[in-house]
Amino acid sequence: MNIPLPMFVVVPLVAAFVLPAFGRRLKPLATLIANLVTLFLLVLAVASVGTPAVYEVGGWSIPLGINMVLDGLSSLLLLAISVVSAAAMLFSARYMEQYTAKPKYLSLFLLMVAGMNGVVLSGDIFNLYVFLEIASIASYALVGFGCEHEELEASFKYMVLGSIASAFILFGVALVYANTGSLNMAYIADAIGRMGTNVGLTLALSLFIAGFGLKAALVPFHAWLPDAHPSAPAPISAMLSGVLIKALGVYALARLIFNLFGVSVALGWLLVGLGLASMIAGGLLAIGQWDFKRLLAYSSISQIGYVILGLGLGALLMAQNANPAWAALAILGGLFHLANHAVYKSLLFLTSGSVELATGTREMRKMGGLGDRMPVTRAACAVASASIAGVPPFPGFWSKLILVIAAVQAGFYWIAVAIVAVAVCTLIMYLKVHRYVFLGELPPDLQTVRENKGSILFAMAGLTCVCALMGLLVLVPSLRSSVLDPAVSVLTDGVQSSTHLMSP
Amino acid sequence: MAYTLCFLLFMIGLYCAVVKKNMVKIVLGIMIMEYAVNLFLIMLGYFHDGVAPIIDRSEFDAQTQTVTAQFLNSSVDPLPQALVLTSIVISLGSLALLISICIRTYEKYGTFDITEIRRLRG
Amino acid sequence: MKGMTVIVKTVSSWVKVLIFLFGIYIILFGHLTPGGGFAGGVILASSYVLLMLAFGRRFVEENLPSSVASKLDCLGAFLFAMVAILGLVFGGTLFVNFLYQEYLPGTPFELVSAGTIPLSNLAIGLKVGASLFLVIFALTVFRYDGSRKPGDSDESAGGTPATRE
Repeated sequence: MNIPLPMFVVVPLVAAFVLPAFGRRLKPLATLIANLVTLFLLVLAVASVGTPAVYEVGGWSIPLGINMVLDGLSSLLLLAISVVSAAAMLFSARYMEQYTAKPKYLSLFLLMVAGMNGVVLSGDIFNLYVFLEIASIASYALVGFGCEHEELEASFKYMVLGSIASAFILFGVALVYANTGSLNMAYIADAIGRMGTNVGLTLALSLFIAGFGLKAALVPFHAWLPDAHPSAPAPISAMLSGVLIKALGVYALARLIFNLFGVSVALGWLLVGLGLASMIAGGLLAIGQWDFKRLLAYSSISQIGYVILGLGLGALLMAQNANPAWAALAILGGLFHLANHAVYKSLLFLTSGSVELATGTREMRKMGGLGDRMPVTRAACAVASASIAGVPPFPGFWSKLILVIAAVQAGFYWIAVAIVAVAVCTLIMYLKVHRYVFLGELPPDLQTVRENKGSILFAMAGLTCVCALMGLLVLVPSLRSSVLDPAVSVLTDGVQSSTHLMSP
Repeated sequence: MAYTLCFLLFMIGLYCAVVKKNMVKIVLGIMIMEYAVNLFLIMLGYFHDGVAPIIDRSEFDAQTQTVTAQFLNSSVDPLPQALVLTSIVISLGSLALLISICIRTYEKYGTFDITEIRRLRG
Repeated sequence: MKGMTVIVKTVSSWVKVLIFLFGIYIILFGHLTPGGGFAGGVILASSYVLLMLAFGRRFVEENLPSSVASKLDCLGAFLFAMVAILGLVFGGTLFVNFLYQEYLPGTPFELVSAGTIPLSNLAIGLKVGASLFLVIFALTVFRYDGSRKPGDSDESAGGTPATRE
């Protein structure tokens, strides 16, 4: 099906600008419209799977105008963004009733979705930067939405580091333009392929790695994430941890390294190192946390490490001219883990929001015995934790298994050991969550706790179904060949996959 | 040489944003970084004796509906200017948000010193 | 802010009209001279900032209530999106300059010569003017009453980044 690609950006953007005009009386209508928009985007994203397309905005041909490109990788990210945003929007229909300025919240939410869709669809690096800034600024405002002490402080920290990252990225864009004379990804890839790298491009690449690494919260750059993600309202934490750090950080980094600059051994090792550091440090720091959402945030750092490790392993194997099947397997593991993590981490954040709404606290030591009172939340949390920890029938197991197989086949046994060790670490931290939140004695001041009602339950139930069935994406061959394989081939084709867009 | 100065300005901004303890000074540092990048972008398109890329009647050939070759050769690259305009708009948005967060924080804590504003543990 | 002396008030009440007119000129001639929607919108907002400095917040609040400015803000963004979508309807592609190509070619260097570009300039001018006014207005609120509703200060983030084109 042929879809005008800017619809992914224009529809949420128009909705975002119309919604603040709705007053207090029209609040239910605004909520309904926002939910319809996210559902519409979900339908569009599903309909666009398997149809690569290029859209020239304003009818200007490729090197001159703005263009949008939909390929396998964008498609995968679009699916993840739409699924998570639809669930988070449904969740916030009821959850956000406790805040006053709900239409503004909805507007910022849709602005963030529009920015992320723009980032994954953009065909030139400057528009990527612009959409990235739209999504980032909306997310800064959403983190500070409650205007309490912690939220303002976290928002300021996030905003300062995010603005520094944006300045790095813009500097990188300027350097790339200076050295290649183009901003279009296809032409940049072609120019770099013809003239090789020089000092300016190397500087640009290192600025990009620092900038997007900050946005993706890889370990040396992770300081803002454990503050910012827990401080946001729960549906926004789900969006931030679930898709924002992936669309803005991992996707952009993968696109630039694989399709623009081309892989090299040093880059591959750098990515593997960043991934391993994030995995191990995030996992170890998460175990010690007693704040429910903070634990989830540290765990996000650890899981992002898996994704980067998979991509880095793929880049390393590609650069070493090893068996291409191994590289494809490593990248498949990374990307599948990315999709998995988007679903189960947002589900976990939604359950944490549900618990926080019911009990009024995020401190795990003050909870206990909620399993009987909140059966749906408990079931959702159990499925998501089993998946993230890699318990066999759930999707998280398959993605980690693929990563382990790829590492063993390539001969990096110690990487396989690290993957398994961090998986055990993850299992421990989620057992801790269950032990202290859902099992044990019910504290006296929580005797009146009831399960939440309405859209909160629907959102969690829906995401739980998606999470439980994600394994089919890699186990059923027809699904794999329509969703995951095109995404993998975009990265394994390297520079080729962007230069074919050049006009003859 | 001029590019090196841009990079130096960028680094000064980065130093200010990372080292300073005052929230407003951090914001200023970020803005210095952004302006250093804007300056760099503008200088990419500039060359000596270049004219502004705005077409005048005298540089337009009405018969062929094209611009004269002399104008094309003497005008500076307009693309970085468009990029800078966009990036100024973006930095305006983020500056407004940063400043409003600073003011809200000042209302809550009565200070701009980030060493005294430490409720969140690292 | 209570406002300044009589001299400042008198002069600024003359000058504000000129600044406002200049802003409109910059917006309308954006496709011919340097400037355009963004620069013109900033000038429009600055005329209100002058009023705010000279006469105080309350005076401006009566002239242009922030609820009206917020509506104008939404309207500007909506109009800009409409220009883009009309391109999709009439020209088959988003943002295509359908007026210039088919209906209203015009001659270069005339006021009516660039199709949809002046229309989008108008929309952006409205949007930028209103949102910049709102930003500055919101920042001046802080000094008086610290008890504002959560989320109010987010207005600044909502609008500006998308008005770039």
